[in-house]
Amino acid sequence: MGMTITQKILARHCHKEYVEPGELVMADVDLALANDITGPVAIEEFKKAGANKVFDRERIALIPDHFAPNKDIKSAELCKTLREFARSQKIAHYYEVGRMGVEHALLPEQGIVLPGDLVVGADSHTCTYGALGAFSTGVGSTDLAFAMMTGKCWFKVPETIKFIYHGRLNPWVTGKDLILYTIGDIGVDGALYKAMEFTGDALKNLTMDERFTMSNMAIEAGGKNGIMEPDDVTLEYVKSRAKRDYEIFKSDNDAKYCRVIDYDVSEIEPQVALPHLPENSVSIHEVGDISIDQVVIGSCTNGRIEDMRQAARVIKGHRVHPYVRLIIIPATQEVYSQMIKEGIMEIFIESGAAVSTPTCGPCLGGYMGILAKGEKAVSTTNRNFVGRMGHPESQIFLANPAVAAASAVKGRITHPAEVADI
Amino acid sequence: MIFKGRTWIFGDNIDTDVIIPARYLNTTDPQELASHCMEDMDPGFPKKVNPGDIIIAGKNFGCGSSREHAPLAIKTCGISCVIARSFARIFYRNSINIGLPILECEEAVDFVKAGDELEIDTDTGIINNLTSGGSYTAMPFPDFIKGIIQAGGLLNYARKAENQDV
Repeated sequence: MGMTITQKILARHCHKEYVEPGELVMADVDLALANDITGPVAIEEFKKAGANKVFDRERIALIPDHFAPNKDIKSAELCKTLREFARSQKIAHYYEVGRMGVEHALLPEQGIVLPGDLVVGADSHTCTYGALGAFSTGVGSTDLAFAMMTGKCWFKVPETIKFIYHGRLNPWVTGKDLILYTIGDIGVDGALYKAMEFTGDALKNLTMDERFTMSNMAIEAGGKNGIMEPDDVTLEYVKSRAKRDYEIFKSDNDAKYCRVIDYDVSEIEPQVALPHLPENSVSIHEVGDISIDQVVIGSCTNGRIEDMRQAARVIKGHRVHPYVRLIIIPATQEVYSQMIKEGIMEIFIESGAAVSTPTCGPCLGGYMGILAKGEKAVSTTNRNFVGRMGHPESQIFLANPAVAAASAVKGRITHPAEVADI
Repeated sequence: MIFKGRTWIFGDNIDTDVIIPARYLNTTDPQELASHCMEDMDPGFPKKVNPGDIIIAGKNFGCGSSREHAPLAIKTCGISCVIARSFARIFYRNSINIGLPILECEEAVDFVKAGDELEIDTDTGIINNLTSGGSYTAMPFPDFIKGIIQAGGLLNYARKAENQDV
């Protein structure tokens, strides 16, 4: 019986020829990662368990990105815990403020995660690396402590849902829109405990950055991972970044899927997920007249250079609406630097936007853009749960970077075509 | 193990931002986390909970973030067990790992009312409703998970496994 790409990577990492859905396996981990919120809890568990050395200092990444640069004294203490552990264990992939970025943008960019890898991260959006053809999934701090100690993690081999995207993308439709549409179709638990495998001709034209956005939000449908087979675009991305060998896995033709869902992307318009669940996605034409107070462009979902380019294309030559705060957060220093080189930074500053150093900050209501009672925001982030970005009575509308930029200019949720000069 | 307590009812898709808002994640102190449990949905919830009380919820309980602070906040505020139609994957793992008993049981979710007193046997999965007289059976845990629970959490399980060299 054939295997899916997910089965194959799991089988390889537990040294088996074949694994089947439902089987429990103990697998080797290529990389274990944590951040300033989940890391300190994992470190505490690690120490409580009597461990004194990590399994491999080269295979652990610790990244202070959520409340860093430190937002308050308590966060400073958490970051300090992470830093001191990283130093004492000589962790290879620790990134200090000024070098750090939002973890799921940073690690692929730095070539730390590669195709065929098995990655666990104490962060739910660890599923992002599926776009590289890696098996990656979020775990909690105790699982992470276990992985840091042993280099292993247990898994139930998931069944896979195959998503086929075909047809021609409409203007201003991005990976973000495809994944919001998908979550809207199957619901926030539509892929619970399952692998999501994204395939189809329409994906061939997506940039790596847009693919990361899709895999990133697999968790918003409950998915265990969100994976794509590597192609020329993947290999081109990885080529200059990889510092070690990697392996390309592809699903067998006779692989078994528990469900196959086919989408004609030509029927998909830019999507907006209404409060308070990502599954509340609708075509932007159905949103109506919704005035907004804030726009955030950034995060592990949409804080990469292609996202910044899309937003800049819309906003160029325009001013942010007088009643709107536009907050732009490049996800990594490399993105930040590239924005300067390409003149994107100037476009944003001249438009009246605030541009921040990399941080997860506002996406999870940490800081750098908290919403007051009754305020509405358009955000390129991944969750619009109650209270996610601030007051429990604030509202979040999820969208792609171009929609976010157009909305910042008009002060209401707006289709990019209404603003862009192209 | 046997747990006995009164029930608190929640709906579908209760996410980790509702269970413990991220604005309180600048601490790892379980008591402090517990004092904000469910705050944005039911302010004062931790004060109303009596030790041993039980949460009944719909589908996809604990969706969202990987924060282990979520099951920790629930456990520390006195909740003995969570029964739901289904749990989000990471929350499920985290609960097992920190020793918060969780059970999937459609029947219980369908028939239990707020404030009903339940007696739960997590070994057999039998849930008795002492208020209405009803009885429901939850999905049993796979043996592997039972092993983690019996060892007292994942890290104890790991230590045990190490000693037995398996």
